[in-house]
Amino acid sequence: MPLFPGGNPRTSGHLISAADLTRDDAVRILDTAEEMARLADRPIKKLPALRGRTIVNLFFEDSTRTRISFEAAEKRLSADVINFAAKGSSVSKGESLKDTAQTLEAMGVDAVVIRHGASGAPYRLATSGWIDAAVVNAGDGTHQHPTQALLDAFTMRRRLIGPDAGLGRDLAGRRVTIVGDILHSRVARSNVDLLNTLGAQVTLVAPPTLLPVGVEGWPCEVSYDLDAVLPKSDAVMMLRVQRERMNAAFFPTEREYSRRYGLDTQRMDRMPEHAVVMHPGPMVRGMEITAEVADSGRCTVTEQVANGVSIRMAVLYLLLGGSDHANANNTANAAGTTARTEEK
Amino acid sequence: MSKTLIRGAKVLGGEALDVLVDGETVAAVGAGLDADGARVVEAEGQILLPGLVDLHTHLREPGREDSETVLTGTRAAASGGYTAVHAMANTFPVADTAGVVEQVWRLGRESGYCDVQPVGAVTVGLEGKQLAELGAMHDSAASVRVFSDDGKCVDDAVIMRRALEYVKAFDGVIAQHAQEPRLTEGAQMNEGTVSAELGLGGWPAVAEESIIARDVLLAAHVGSRVHICHLSTAGSVEIVRWAKSKGWNVTAEVTPHHLLLTDELVRSYDPVYKVNPPLRTEADVTALREALADGTIDCVATDHAPHPHEDKDCEWGAAAMGMVGLETALSVVQHTMVETGLLDWAGVADRMSFRPAAIGRLAGHGRPVSAGEPANLVLVDPSYRGAVDSARFASRSRNTPYQGRELPGRVTHTFLRGRATVMDGELV
Ligand SMILES: [Zn+2]
Repeated sequence: MPLFPGGNPRTSGHLISAADLTRDDAVRILDTAEEMARLADRPIKKLPALRGRTIVNLFFEDSTRTRISFEAAEKRLSADVINFAAKGSSVSKGESLKDTAQTLEAMGVDAVVIRHGASGAPYRLATSGWIDAAVVNAGDGTHQHPTQALLDAFTMRRRLIGPDAGLGRDLAGRRVTIVGDILHSRVARSNVDLLNTLGAQVTLVAPPTLLPVGVEGWPCEVSYDLDAVLPKSDAVMMLRVQRERMNAAFFPTEREYSRRYGLDTQRMDRMPEHAVVMHPGPMVRGMEITAEVADSGRCTVTEQVANGVSIRMAVLYLLLGGSDHANANNTANAAGTTARTEEK
Repeated sequence: MSKTLIRGAKVLGGEALDVLVDGETVAAVGAGLDADGARVVEAEGQILLPGLVDLHTHLREPGREDSETVLTGTRAAASGGYTAVHAMANTFPVADTAGVVEQVWRLGRESGYCDVQPVGAVTVGLEGKQLAELGAMHDSAASVRVFSDDGKCVDDAVIMRRALEYVKAFDGVIAQHAQEPRLTEGAQMNEGTVSAELGLGGWPAVAEESIIARDVLLAAHVGSRVHICHLSTAGSVEIVRWAKSKGWNVTAEVTPHHLLLTDELVRSYDPVYKVNPPLRTEADVTALREALADGTIDCVATDHAPHPHEDKDCEWGAAAMGMVGLETALSVVQHTMVETGLLDWAGVADRMSFRPAAIGRLAGHGRPVSAGEPANLVLVDPSYRGAVDSARFASRSRNTPYQGRELPGRVTHTFLRGRATVMDGELV
């Protein structure tokens, strides 16, 4: 019985890191998401797949966008949803993660979608023996945000290959440039892992202060020169750069940052015609991206939001195995079957 | 007073001899000594060492008796073969006055398991701003000679200079916890490839090395003694080696865990591996072992740091830093230094007893095993093999990184001034 995801036996049955996904796992999630996306185009958007299952969205960090995306995905799968915002409560001490998790477990929760400010918190939740529920990492510290990487890959596959033509395929040979605050970005880490697994060539572009020590060992290229990289990019992903970084001397001024590393229309024109501009949001217009670029047809920001729901449906579907704890292969088949049933 | 004859132990790993303990002192060392009514300890195949001396122990009392007390900590020390420990000053209240150091010293005397030599804080409240009453602590019943703000670095260069100068008056030493605070804001683990991948705040080697470089220069400039706590990087070794080559009065310690564990273990996000200074890389471990072998690093110090279960049973970011170490130190040293051929047992006696006692100017400890010396002794069975089981620890805390790991060697007997604190592997 193959594990899902299959890249790390310690965390199979959970989605903790994009690095835990094998190529086949990732393609299967993207293909399942494609089924889910088609469902979204129909008048009845709901699947009965997770009826009677309970999923809790456990958010220790504010993120309305991510929480709403998961919630929409869960509801479209007919799951019972509990939202738990732990932010602002007395969560300064670590034991409340364990206590909260065990409380939820006692209530019979099937899956925990967790967002946490501390890197490794979802891994700890999945591997410490505190709970039995499936754990989905919705972003932890500066570590990982695997569903973001999946939705980005899904968006690229749809745009660069096509929704139908892309089925069963990875991103072999596609060139993806990720620009901005790599050091503090879980999105960048997740994307480097996943895109590498899917065969894409990744280039990171940032001022040296915003690259982690040891980045030379990552499976990607690194450049300080955005203009040189743009003509060789099929997708350019702009990361948010928080203004506060300036105060910690990561770069001198906002103006200098956007001059060297921001994307404006002039720079966008250096990109190949087919290339897309991506952003995980929320954007800081005028900092890493100008308003014209953000609003242009090449920018996929709103598609990424829609694709996020499809990806999260696919992940929850595959992890929770539809109506029973079937093995991975059965779930994959069930996904197709259920979706097709709904078509009629 | 009672007599004990330890029969056939290899003294410092050398010749098998008999050692007769009479009252508080070693009465005779030789072959075929007469038992003459003494209780006999058959020690064939075992190693006899001078009682171990720890320069760096957190006993937590006063203030955090939920994690350790002087009594439980000294019982743990005796179990590990220690007859003297230096109790760090970061208690609540901080050991920055004569009153607090005398309290800790007295609690140690009352425990009876191990001598407790209090370390005094360098600055008031460990805040790095104003010198604590170093002279008063020295003049107290506790006779403090080692001063440290351990847990915090004396980062202000002027305060550090003044402290180094001031303690010359009573042959004191400043034990520096070398951690440049600005370079380690938000630091969670060694900065390197693993931290980059795990998304945990990096703790660069240079944050330790830059402080050590400054402090050896300061010590040389004012002609004083500086001791570097828990060296953890290859670069720190190089700086200390250079300072010693100049003839400067610099000493250094390494913890058992930095001789064995690396930051790869942090991939588990298990906070039992969260420690200050952080676990480093394989290259650092190798450099530290070599430096301990060649004497660049003077001694092994445990940095025994007990924490209650709930402070480790949580996510990495929220967890406390530190590991217990008193009860596993000798085994880790046997594993990493003796069984690798880097150090013989005489070397172990030097790095775990003679030198730490000399650095702390501790009378009655770290003495040779010979007639007339205080009978502070430890017997080790080096052939023992067994998995570490924290449930058997005498320490009140269980935060060991070795749980379930097989380590060699076992302390069978510890004698504090002739009295057995450990007999046949059990606390007395
Ligand atoms: Zn320290």
